[in-house]
Amino acid sequence: MRVIGAADDELTIFERSSPGRRAFVAPALDVPERPLDALLPETLRRNQPPRLPEVSEPEIVRHFNRLSKRNFDLDTGFYPLGSCTMKHNPKVHERIAALPGHSKLHPLQDPRYAQGALELMWRLQEALSEIAGLPHVSLQPSAGSHGELAGVLLTRAFHEDRGERRTKVLTPDTAHGTNPATVTMAGYELVKVGTDARGNIDLDDLRDKASDDVACLMLTNPSTLGLFEPGIEEIERIVHGTGATLYYDGANLNAIMGISRPGDMGFDIVHFNLHKTFTQPHGGGGPGAGPVAVSERIEPYLPRPQVVKRPPGAGNGASGPFYDLDYDRPKSIGRLRGFQGNYGVFVRSYAYIRSLGAAGLHEASQVAVLNANYLLARLRREGVAEYLPAAYDRLCMHEFVLSGAPMKSELQIRTLDLAKRLLDHGVHPPTVYFPLIVEEALLVEPTETETKETLDHFADIVAGVLREAREDPEIARHAPYTTPVRRLDEAAAARHPVVRQPL
Amino acid sequence: MTTYTSVTDSDRNEMLRAIGVESIEDLFADIPAALRLNRPLALDDGLAEQEVFEELRALAARNVSTDDELSFVGAGMYDHYIPALVDSIILRSEFLTPYTPYQPEISQGGLQAMFEYQTAISELTALPVSNASVYEGPSAVAAAGYVAKLTNGRRRFVVSRAVHPHSREALGTLAHAWGMELAEAPLVDGVTDLPALDQDVSAVVVQQPNFLGAVEDLAALAEPARQAGALTICACDPLPLALLRPPGECGVDIAVGEGQTLGNRLDFGGPSFGFFAATEALMRQMPGRIAGETRDLDGKRGFVLTLQTREQHIRREKATSNICTAQALNALAGVIYLSWLGRRGIVELAELMLQRTAYARQRVSEIPGVRLHNEQPVVREFALRLDAPVDRVIARCREEGLNPGYALARDYPELKDGLLVAITERRTRADIDRLADVLANAVAGERQPAEACA
Amino acid sequence: MPDPSYPDDLLYHPEHDWARVDGDTATFGITWYAQDALGEVVFFDPPKVGAKASKDEAYTEIESVKAVSDVIAPLSGEITAVNDALAENPELVNDDPYGAGWLVQVRLADPSETQSLLSAEAYEAMLE
Repeated sequence: MRVIGAADDELTIFERSSPGRRAFVAPALDVPERPLDALLPETLRRNQPPRLPEVSEPEIVRHFNRLSKRNFDLDTGFYPLGSCTMKHNPKVHERIAALPGHSKLHPLQDPRYAQGALELMWRLQEALSEIAGLPHVSLQPSAGSHGELAGVLLTRAFHEDRGERRTKVLTPDTAHGTNPATVTMAGYELVKVGTDARGNIDLDDLRDKASDDVACLMLTNPSTLGLFEPGIEEIERIVHGTGATLYYDGANLNAIMGISRPGDMGFDIVHFNLHKTFTQPHGGGGPGAGPVAVSERIEPYLPRPQVVKRPPGAGNGASGPFYDLDYDRPKSIGRLRGFQGNYGVFVRSYAYIRSLGAAGLHEASQVAVLNANYLLARLRREGVAEYLPAAYDRLCMHEFVLSGAPMKSELQIRTLDLAKRLLDHGVHPPTVYFPLIVEEALLVEPTETETKETLDHFADIVAGVLREAREDPEIARHAPYTTPVRRLDEAAAARHPVVRQPL
Repeated sequence: MTTYTSVTDSDRNEMLRAIGVESIEDLFADIPAALRLNRPLALDDGLAEQEVFEELRALAARNVSTDDELSFVGAGMYDHYIPALVDSIILRSEFLTPYTPYQPEISQGGLQAMFEYQTAISELTALPVSNASVYEGPSAVAAAGYVAKLTNGRRRFVVSRAVHPHSREALGTLAHAWGMELAEAPLVDGVTDLPALDQDVSAVVVQQPNFLGAVEDLAALAEPARQAGALTICACDPLPLALLRPPGECGVDIAVGEGQTLGNRLDFGGPSFGFFAATEALMRQMPGRIAGETRDLDGKRGFVLTLQTREQHIRREKATSNICTAQALNALAGVIYLSWLGRRGIVELAELMLQRTAYARQRVSEIPGVRLHNEQPVVREFALRLDAPVDRVIARCREEGLNPGYALARDYPELKDGLLVAITERRTRADIDRLADVLANAVAGERQPAEACA
Repeated sequence: MPDPSYPDDLLYHPEHDWARVDGDTATFGITWYAQDALGEVVFFDPPKVGAKASKDEAYTEIESVKAVSDVIAPLSGEITAVNDALAENPELVNDDPYGAGWLVQVRLADPSETQSLLSAEAYEAMLE
């Protein structure tokens, strides 16, 4: 089929289909052919093949390459998307991950024939353990939210093992949406804790809500406001005082590597986002990986299997240590997914840690915080603060929140309009409308891999958009103008969902 | 040490001056002194790029990949050929390096690819609504279980014993937290024998083809579930669906599955992707991102993430799932691969597997001491029973550079003698003949004398 | 979208819901302020006819592109009808919140509950 009236650029791969075209050629049938009916009774077979597109290889290549040009990407421009840590994705990682010894290794390969992979995983566990300041790591969860789920299930197993039935989990009102969603999915009731005027967790509110039916406090530190909780020691005393566990959402770990460790703050469970802090390319929405690190008392419950290092002689009778998968974990919460986790992601993240080492990781966090504070200062200098003040007027960590409330009332443009106008300037907008407690929020995370010149340029662009809005707010309100499409009708998409191509 | 930062001394001084602090340490004043790590992390020193490459190449060299041996191991992930165009496209930075498409105007490439992917999955499964991907196969089964829980609030899953053991375990991990239980549907002759279902059953969970390779009669399994008011969840292997009656035509409510075989590497188990498709009635209970078609201000066609009110960033504690980052790049590989196969190609590929698998099954079943676990129809994989210790047989085969399959004993204590053999299109007739020869020798060498006589 | 308005013949609940009472039955909807705050309405999840609505408690949800809101019952009763037109055209809630954008009709359990609701004037004063 072909749609009349769609520009060629907009055609889907299905609309490029023409009966009889093909890319795939099957290898020759080299075994005696048996009648289909003898192998697969007709009642179990489908009547007609799935209507996949019929296209030649050149057309497929051209189609997807054209599509790629309708994407903005980190390798092309500044991407200060708060809470997402869009740092540079080193290119050598792709070369390493593609080596057949990594990429063509079957997940059920006997550990004796997968020693390199298991050793890599074990070394990554050790490194993450040191960075978190907690002794044990499971690499299994597939992304941050999956790590959160693992963490809350670990909490449940811990309490149940002690014969305790706790029903509530606390999260601050600044939390990522994944936190409350995880709480419910793990079978708990959510209780929200407020934020005080300085942007810290409201300690009085926490004290009120920290009762002995609370299983856990899930905390992001630095918080989603980009602020380190100065009262973290008191938070730890309150939470542990009730017998609850303390969970660290590692979304913002990029601020503190080698500077401060969640384990030293008293956290029992930490998840990492390898696609944020440890450079796994985000792929337009994954893959990621969400390993968890835990304290000694949580260790018995870690998912199965666990990568372990056994003493020499345990494996093939070889002289060196033997890396193995340990399934014998009677108190384990069980599996969260198939096989051993997103190994390809582990390869990239381990390569990153090996490249930077202790000093490099420390420097990365320092520069992430330096860049964020510099950009905040630079925006102030441009007079941006009059319309887009910092939500909390203090030094930030690796990211900061601006409020577009004055911009909305004085310039009649919303944060959304500013974001859309930034698209015309070739930069990715910051995260918008999160955290929810800040009106017209704009969450900015420059990361450590950007140059001072890039930060300066971004500050100039923001200041320019505000100047322009002072003259004529209509420009921003209808932006963008230079993108492959303009503002899209999301309401129509949601009212009458078209989620597949009609064929 | 490698660094990806670019702050010079003069940059640093200027930046600190602009901020109004003396040193970088001052920026960390909020961190209580007692919580500062006043030592370097105990990690090895950083390396130069070429040193990192060599170190990780050396680790890779200690793995035996499917390039290094003739492997017949499947059991959930399969050694299929990945066409070169997949790599060439997914390595493009425009697909590799963006975040989730929060700004649709500059993410049309990724969003349209999701829409095309959803269409392809919808076609394969014959279910109208596909999301843009979930993590991978077994966790997709657990995610489907959560939809069943949200939909009918009943307390029990009935799960076929021939569902992948990892899927059963992943569902069990979560079901415990939901206060739900798993009941097992046993196998008769290699396929699921569904027990009577009562009003407590939230969902029946089956797999097609099942873990032992056998093709299930899905319609016969879904009908009693429907009558009991339960959902039917089917974990599907996507390539055999080219030939098999699709779940949507069999009364299945949710079809999920492991997408690795669609253009994704083995990668020792991930990253791959999970697919998730469902009936129209379940559209608003689906987990994860969904791309939808719409128009822009000028009337031009475009794509957005839609039905977002289901998701964690909006519905928070009432969300249909906590999933955020999924497997967009892997799903992209999937739709590229499916476009490469095309409407006729996917059938030809599946038929080639069907024929070669039938040939292999015939060949090895003629080996003395080897018999078929069951006679059910199969597409790519089949189960054997050996009159010899399976581990020792495998060890003997490996000495010949051949890995004959997956030992079933770990997951199925009743199948201590079981071996699961997978035949992808990468395994030629010559490879299969070699399997038959090597396996015959290994079994002969390991057969218990008593059993050999019997 | 129409200009702000708060008709005098309706009673208002502080959670931005209105009731049009007619003897022991009433029609419920959301106010101009509520639909404006929500933005373009994309989905109304109709409760079942026969379901109970309890004053001050949520009886259903209404969705815009990027928000979900509980809809609070201004009065208690049994739902006797739902506005089926919203399934196809949820935007009626924006376009005509007091007319074609009504949500449900209810047989009131206790008509005296109306005493606690606000007049248009009082509701507008609250919005200030």
